[in-house]
Amino acid sequence: MLRIIRERFRQGYRTAPFPKVEPVLPERFRGLPVIDPKKCPAGCTDCEGSCPFGAITRPNGLPRIDLGRCLFCADCPACPYGAITFGNDYRLATCQRQDLFYDGAEHLLAQKLKKKMLSLFGRSLKLRQVSAGGCNACEADVNVLSTLVFDLGRFGIQFVASPRHADGLLVTGPVTENMRLALLTTYEAVPGPKIVIASGACAISGGPFVDSPEVHNGLESILPIDLYIPGCPPHPYTILDGLLRLLDQRKQTQKR
Amino acid sequence: MSATSVCKNGGILPLATIPRLTSAEFAALIKTRLTEGARLAACLAVPEGDGDASFTLYAVLADDQGGDLLVVAQKPQRQFDSLTPTISHVHLFEREIGEQYGVKFAGHPWFKPVRFHAPWPGGSDGWDRDPEIHPLVGDMDYFTVEGEEIHEVGVGPVHAGVIEPGHFRFQCYGEQVLHLEISLGYQHRGIEKMLLGGPWPRTAMQIETMAGDTTIGHMSAYSMVLEGLAGMAISPRARALRAIALELERLANHVGDIGALAADIGFLPTSAYCGRLRGDYLNLSAQLCGSRFGRGLVRPGGVLFDADKALLTKMRQTLEAVARNTRGAIELFFSTPSVLARLEGTGRVTARDAYYLGLVGVAGRACGIDADVRRYHGTGSYLPDEIPAMIEEGGDVLARAQVRRQEIEHSLEFLNLHLSELPAGELRQVLPPLAPGCLAVAMVEGWRGPVTHVGLTDADGRFVRYKAVDPSFFNWSGLALALRDGQISDFPLCNKSFNLSYCGFDL
Repeated sequence: MLRIIRERFRQGYRTAPFPKVEPVLPERFRGLPVIDPKKCPAGCTDCEGSCPFGAITRPNGLPRIDLGRCLFCADCPACPYGAITFGNDYRLATCQRQDLFYDGAEHLLAQKLKKKMLSLFGRSLKLRQVSAGGCNACEADVNVLSTLVFDLGRFGIQFVASPRHADGLLVTGPVTENMRLALLTTYEAVPGPKIVIASGACAISGGPFVDSPEVHNGLESILPIDLYIPGCPPHPYTILDGLLRLLDQRKQTQKR
Repeated sequence: MSATSVCKNGGILPLATIPRLTSAEFAALIKTRLTEGARLAACLAVPEGDGDASFTLYAVLADDQGGDLLVVAQKPQRQFDSLTPTISHVHLFEREIGEQYGVKFAGHPWFKPVRFHAPWPGGSDGWDRDPEIHPLVGDMDYFTVEGEEIHEVGVGPVHAGVIEPGHFRFQCYGEQVLHLEISLGYQHRGIEKMLLGGPWPRTAMQIETMAGDTTIGHMSAYSMVLEGLAGMAISPRARALRAIALELERLANHVGDIGALAADIGFLPTSAYCGRLRGDYLNLSAQLCGSRFGRGLVRPGGVLFDADKALLTKMRQTLEAVARNTRGAIELFFSTPSVLARLEGTGRVTARDAYYLGLVGVAGRACGIDADVRRYHGTGSYLPDEIPAMIEEGGDVLARAQVRRQEIEHSLEFLNLHLSELPAGELRQVLPPLAPGCLAVAMVEGWRGPVTHVGLTDADGRFVRYKAVDPSFFNWSGLALALRDGQISDFPLCNKSFNLSYCGFDL
């Protein structure tokens, strides 16, 4: 017993002061891309189609990144001129699929839930997690939210064992054909009203496995989605930030 | 010409030099080698592409004593007799090949689907399922026990936690488990099929996510295959950085596993500390390459990120504090009598069963099997003389926990040594074109065990077949046996003590 108490003091208090204090992420962390069209050489359209996962297009003659497809690759081949680089901003989650198209100017972050849903879930949100073809990295970084560093419970959010106890699903993975039915059954088992969160590039667009005949390229064609959390995998703070915005527990930054 | 072709870890063999044996010779040779102490590392089929629907079988055996990898091939055939009745190690490989190419292995004692997908060439499969309809996952004949007081418990695919899906079916007599059958395939994304004709621009990210918690392990093995085929050697500096990342990956997962075991038996102090400490190791990986899971660090030809003096010092300082807390949390766990009493004797796998199933990695070493790629097939920063045998004899949950404890201690020392100074060398060199018509094989001791990759190229240097074997492929059968005659309530604890990958198995 004494040994346990002594070790408790040695280990110290470790819960991070988030969201009051912004987290310090590693310098090399790859967050929201920085797009600087001024660096585009005249007439250059090389970035279009350069991403193996189709994350980059040039709809108005300017580069635009689909954060839902972007895997934040360290060897991003998009631009040898430095017009597309990765910044350190971990805040990425949005409520609409189209808000994930980022041209470097505005990024509309996730908004709070509608009034009725917010009154139901704002102070207590129980989620059921379903891994539908995930590689276990998304799952692992959802799991850490329940460790004492993030202490998810203090925000009234909890992952529960049964869909019957849940207010919504947090889905990871590209939705394999072999998990489609189990996912739909789990969704049916959640009592309404309910929300669905697509966490990670796989759940949003199919991620690294996009276009495999064994996957459904994410949740889009399967379930209605209330929150999109980009990343491969999303950083735990990206997930937490998205959840808190949805529950109106974070200062609502409209634009950035 | 000798019947086997031999190469070292990361080496290549021209396909034309690998003798094709008759099926009797093939079986006899594998059996002899296994009896002599070699381990079956991989087994795969390659279609001959002659329109005759015939396949060549390849087996890769790891000979630990000589540090050699033996490659054996069988003459192309359309029909196969199962080797499983005499060589149990191949049981799952035969089922896998049967499913991938729609061939039957006559005489296989439990010939069932593995991942529930249609055969790659199309057409009918080994179970005569309708080729027009995607096979229904989990739809197979389960082993059942019959009797008045026997009952069956089915669990999954969706489990009561934030974990991957899989189906477990227990045959129980009261609380006692008579048999557990594990049916996976829910995470099947079709990676190996997508790799045909590659490498493609998407390939690296697909390899990194074969098993996302073993990103460094799988990506290092893949890179070694490509570097072997390209006939290049990466710099000592790149090798050292890969080794550092691999050990960080091992630490994060082993420390997390000890915490998860503690959580399962209700020993909350170690559970709370290790949950946090696991994140600290992941953050160390992120300091190195920006990703907590090591995404983007390893690439064929070297690594993408360097660590200068300042970063090494910073990482070493962070590690020092984290290591102190890790040792504290783990010592507390292993010095508490109630913890040891709960772990000891639970989920025991005998050394004999472990051998016949070919258990690998942590689970194998917990049964006294002295196999470790770092120790016997070490490359780069791993000097075989410096890697001790980290084995236990018990075969139970305690033994699996103690193997992890030994490995944590070793990895901490390894990092302490290698983070002080890196050898010189280029970070990444350009990869020359891949050699045509060759087979390359690479093994990396990931945190669960050996990650084995085999790549075969066609006349244009593209993959005619790429096979990845996650250690979980061997070890799920071990979990099933660990439950036999145990209490069904011990399942979560046993499962944690193996902590196998679903997606690494399903691919």
